[in-house]
Amino acid sequence: MNTKINLALLPALLSACMLAAPFALARDVVKIAFVGPLTGGSSAIGLGGRNSSDLAVKQHNAKADGPYEYELVSLDDECKPNVGVQIATKIAADKDIVGGVTHFCSAVAMSAIDVYHKFNLPVVVWGAVLPDITYANNFKEVHRVNGTMINQNQEAAKFMVDHGYKTFAVIHDTTDYGKGHNKYFSEALEKAGGKIVGTFGVTADQQDFTAELTQIKQLKPQVIYFGGLTPIGIRIRSQMEKLGIEAQFEGTSGIKSDAYIEGASPVLAEGSLSFIEGAPWEKLAAGPAFFAAYDQQKYAQPPEAYGPFAYVASNLLMDAIDKVGPNRRKVRDELNHTKDADTMIGPITFDDHRQNIVPLITSYVVQDGKWVPWQDSEYATGARKLKGM
Amino acid sequence: MNLEILSQYLVNGLMLGMIYAMVAVGFTLFFGVLDVIKFSHGDVLMIGGFAGLSAYIGAQSMGITNPWLQLLVMLIAALSVTAALGALVARFLILPLRDAPPINLLLITLMLGLVLRECVRLFYPDGSNSKPFPQLLPTNTWHLAGLAIRADSAILLMVGALTIFGVHQLINRSKLGLAIRAVAQDGETARIMGINFERIVLLTFALGSALAATAGMMNGLYYNEINFNVGLLLGVIGFCAAILGGLGNFYGAILGGFLFAALQTIGAVALPHLIPGFQGAYKDVFAFAAVIILLAWKPTGLIAERSSERV
Repeated sequence: MNTKINLALLPALLSACMLAAPFALARDVVKIAFVGPLTGGSSAIGLGGRNSSDLAVKQHNAKADGPYEYELVSLDDECKPNVGVQIATKIAADKDIVGGVTHFCSAVAMSAIDVYHKFNLPVVVWGAVLPDITYANNFKEVHRVNGTMINQNQEAAKFMVDHGYKTFAVIHDTTDYGKGHNKYFSEALEKAGGKIVGTFGVTADQQDFTAELTQIKQLKPQVIYFGGLTPIGIRIRSQMEKLGIEAQFEGTSGIKSDAYIEGASPVLAEGSLSFIEGAPWEKLAAGPAFFAAYDQQKYAQPPEAYGPFAYVASNLLMDAIDKVGPNRRKVRDELNHTKDADTMIGPITFDDHRQNIVPLITSYVVQDGKWVPWQDSEYATGARKLKGM
Repeated sequence: MNLEILSQYLVNGLMLGMIYAMVAVGFTLFFGVLDVIKFSHGDVLMIGGFAGLSAYIGAQSMGITNPWLQLLVMLIAALSVTAALGALVARFLILPLRDAPPINLLLITLMLGLVLRECVRLFYPDGSNSKPFPQLLPTNTWHLAGLAIRADSAILLMVGALTIFGVHQLINRSKLGLAIRAVAQDGETARIMGINFERIVLLTFALGSALAATAGMMNGLYYNEINFNVGLLLGVIGFCAAILGGLGNFYGAILGGFLFAALQTIGAVALPHLIPGFQGAYKDVFAFAAVIILLAWKPTGLIAERSSERV
């Protein structure tokens, strides 16, 4: 009788084991967050970053031997500090989210890092360039893979002075981002030997620049340096043309986006300059592989200027979680020790403030409706000339 | 400061003033005829601009390449879309609710403005980015006696002045205008006199919205750029200008519009030289502060109405 019962139970036990097996083999799901401007004037860059993070997560999950299955939670900070703080609180308070790849807009990042510190959420900044984000406080949770605007502006000043430009007018927006650009560019230009004939602060959503530009026209600078983002960059460039100002337009990484060329029209954007940290992705060893994989996924938007940084930041975060497990404090400590990490954009080492030391800045110029690295452009060979040269 | 730069400031100020005046006239018309502040007016301006842009893209794809013909198509599209939108808003939102507390109507139109803005941002392809507006007017610069003026600025100024003059003639010389003024003065009596109240209200809203469309097209042609947010600040400034000039008064709206533009230009240009530490970015602060002081001095507006109502 006992054997009969045992025999009857055996198939039941076996099927129960078979049903349970996939659950035992299934990996734990770990959530990481992506925060960037998915709508608004900088959305092209935000969406490129989001897609790149998504690509990193998909590639990581495709590896059969990874201990965890990653899920990307992507959120839109709209490039507005008040919205950014709400989003930061949301992800930081969610216990399932172990880390974040956060922020392109510096003004938003500055407000959000306090939240991340309070909730011990380790984050890796992928696009915001304001130095204060890593250097103003000693928050161990905040890391950054892209360079700061200090390096960008040193190169921006040196580049123009080396090309023979002497007089500059500065237009900057009045957020921390624009004011930071103004500060570092002015310092760098003074050291390089250039002269600033006028500085104008404008609001980040200003529509009409005719008053400022008419004053600039009187001052007759050779270059107009613009420290701000794409939406007002487009307006300033269009209105410069309207008022007949013949100066060379120089921007920062804030305008290095396809949206700038489209908004100002390729004809007006021709010859505009911008500067961004890192070597041109097309030249790096792993660069073409990244672009090929990105194209394969058929995202609606291109990776834009900071996509590679978002990709690298996501991978750093996931590698750290793979190593120490989904514990915020352990992940934070693991990320703090990053030294010579081999990534697509080159070796990454965080300094004592968890800032990646990126020595190289690449200059870009708009040629025929596309951003082209300076050394590859016809401007470098002399076939085309910048304004006033 | 030489004459050329001065003329540039003058043209800038006049252009801004023209656009503000056209928005302010719309506000004044709506308030005059139905005692309603239609806060979505600025966003109707934006819709007019986008309608024009869409018409341009449509015209291009149909093979129309003459810039004047393209302008005509854009203008017709912008005017008809906004006039229809204005009439629809009047018919389904304003008229049924005209006996509600005025603050409710104000809030509803404010929300409508937000809906219009977000609809364009979400549903227009790549709506959250600025769009280049085509350069259709001639761009050569005329020089007379040291003054430099671009052909397109001159044309836009003339068109703006003609439009305002045309609306003025319509309101004061035509039968429709007479009916509008009658309804504005006393709706009940106008009805007794045989005027179709609803029809006149719909026509007034259509007229005011078409005026906004013209301002939207002018804005687009002047700045060669349009984005979903242009209506917000223009609506607020237009409303301020209408109040400043005296709500309900046609000439007051025009005066208010040009006065606000003058304040902004003074704030951006003259004050940084006169007050140390004053930056051009504070021009709106200066202009609005001046408006507050002027309103405190004359609460019913510079051109006083005979009776004032509290909203």
